[in-house]
Amino acid sequence: MSAADLTPGRTTGPATEVVGAVATQVATAPTARPRRHVSTRFLRSELRLIFGRRRNQAGLGILAVVPLIIAIAVKVSTPRAGRGPDFFASITSNGLFVSLSSLSIELGLFLPLAVGTIAGDSVAGEANIGTLRYLLAVPVHRTRMLAVKFAAITIFSLVATVWVSLVGAVAGLALFGGGEMTLLSGTQIGMGQAVLRVVMAPVYLGLCFASLGAIGLFISTLTEQPIGATIAVVILNVMSFILDAIPQLSWLHEWLPTHWWMSFGDLLRDPIVWGDLTRGLLTAAGYALVFWLAAWAHFSDKDVTG
Amino acid sequence: MTEALGDAAVSDFAVATEGLTKRFRQQVAVNAVDLLVPRGAVYGFLGPNGSGKTTTIRMLLGLIRPTAGRHRLLGRAMPDHFGDVLPLVGSLVEGPAFHPYLSARANLVRLDSVDRHADPRTTRVRVDGALDRVGLLAAADKKYRAYSLGMRQRLAIAGTLLAPRELLVLDEPTNGLDPQGTREVRHLIGSLADDGATVLVSSHLLSEVEQVCTHVGVMHVGKLLTQGPIAAVRAVSEPRARVVTDRPQDAARVLRELGLTDVAVESGLAMGTLGKLAAEKIVAALVHGGVPVTGFAVERPSLEDLFVSLTGEGFNVSG
Repeated sequence: MSAADLTPGRTTGPATEVVGAVATQVATAPTARPRRHVSTRFLRSELRLIFGRRRNQAGLGILAVVPLIIAIAVKVSTPRAGRGPDFFASITSNGLFVSLSSLSIELGLFLPLAVGTIAGDSVAGEANIGTLRYLLAVPVHRTRMLAVKFAAITIFSLVATVWVSLVGAVAGLALFGGGEMTLLSGTQIGMGQAVLRVVMAPVYLGLCFASLGAIGLFISTLTEQPIGATIAVVILNVMSFILDAIPQLSWLHEWLPTHWWMSFGDLLRDPIVWGDLTRGLLTAAGYALVFWLAAWAHFSDKDVTG
Repeated sequence: MTEALGDAAVSDFAVATEGLTKRFRQQVAVNAVDLLVPRGAVYGFLGPNGSGKTTTIRMLLGLIRPTAGRHRLLGRAMPDHFGDVLPLVGSLVEGPAFHPYLSARANLVRLDSVDRHADPRTTRVRVDGALDRVGLLAAADKKYRAYSLGMRQRLAIAGTLLAPRELLVLDEPTNGLDPQGTREVRHLIGSLADDGATVLVSSHLLSEVEQVCTHVGVMHVGKLLTQGPIAAVRAVSEPRARVVTDRPQDAARVLRELGLTDVAVESGLAMGTLGKLAAEKIVAALVHGGVPVTGFAVERPSLEDLFVSLTGEGFNVSG
């Protein structure tokens, strides 16, 4: 069939004017729609999706239950020394320790599960309901999409850790009061310094969890089942804790994604011991970079058939 | 399409593919398709379920990578120009897909907010305009989850209308719509075309395509069997004379003498393609030649006959 057979035209009579109108358009290049440059609209839309979703709101509610339970339990029965994390014993002396205790309790499963849910959902969730193909056809460049998705996961993990700390701090201060804080090293610091350190802890952990989120983002590009991706993240998280607990594998420990998480306790020493914290942030950055790139390598030319 | 087509000719087509092929493991889903959609056309992309229409459309939009071949949209080579061209392309691919727990309006706002070319100041107006155009404005705040299939389909069409488009790619746009909705979509396609947009509409239903399309292409088992202006495609099947007689051999001889082509004989039947011959002369010649005629008809195959003759009968999904 030659090109001449395919000249535009409608078979019906009255529409012949349309043919002329189209013909004048033909030679011109597509009328470009002007592109706006830096915009946070996509990210804000992503955050609205995450925080507007009932399931996620319920999840944040559950995360907030732990600090409340800790605060109330400690209030009704003073814990005996030697049981539980170090922070527990200090709660009665300063309510802010509820915040730190909650983080240390929740970092094993609850917070990784929350981050894993959001990360698992990020790409697989869109693929699962089919919205991924419409996002890409808008068009959204795939690299941009992965960058925005990861930014949203990072923000979520910071919000989740800060939220747990905040609820813990408020509940703790209400039940036990604030004032001077006796650090793990025995020295005392003022309330201002104490608040600063209690704020730094969830920020540190939020950044650590973001690296777990990058692993989740990568897994999320491999499947169309968001639940599957979430479960995989939790399994990897638990696996990392198990490996970290086997002394024969001590050579491996410092490379595990979860190994440095508990180092947030170093923020409560005087002066702050930065060595392990720095190492923890570098490890998190390393995991985030490697797995974000893996997600990009896999997704950037993946066939989207869902 | 051949290399001989210069750049000027290439830009006459809203969609031009060249040997577009997609192989999934062993199966060839799309086999060397040269799709040509002229600007301003309403192109009916026909084929039974599983014939490769959706896979072709996914390749056009860059959702899947072709195994071989290349294509241009609005005159620009893909995939290099996706970023410039896709904002001018509205698409509905393999059914509607939205976030179930968001309202219809929130879903369209979501689509608009990921579009770097969209002006956030006009989002509200454009979203409501698109909803209005598909008759969903009254149900705009209902959750997508509560939408019926027909409403979902309309919402997906509204999604393609959020910005001015030069090309609309609509994959089975009337799926799940009631007859009233189907007619509205047909009307909508007509009005989009009148605004100067090119429309590529895929369907397995001939009737809906026949009424709005200027061009058709027929896919079958991954191959594009035929394409062109609807009149030209239909003209491929020329009218045939059909003579019912107890002496079909004699009738066939007369038909040949009259200049009919493709003369065929069956028991009690002789058939031939008319060409330019006036049909009424045939019966006279037959009677004059002493052939008893018990029945005579001139048949022009409908688009549906043509479609079936190209793609075969039956419900079997190809591939």
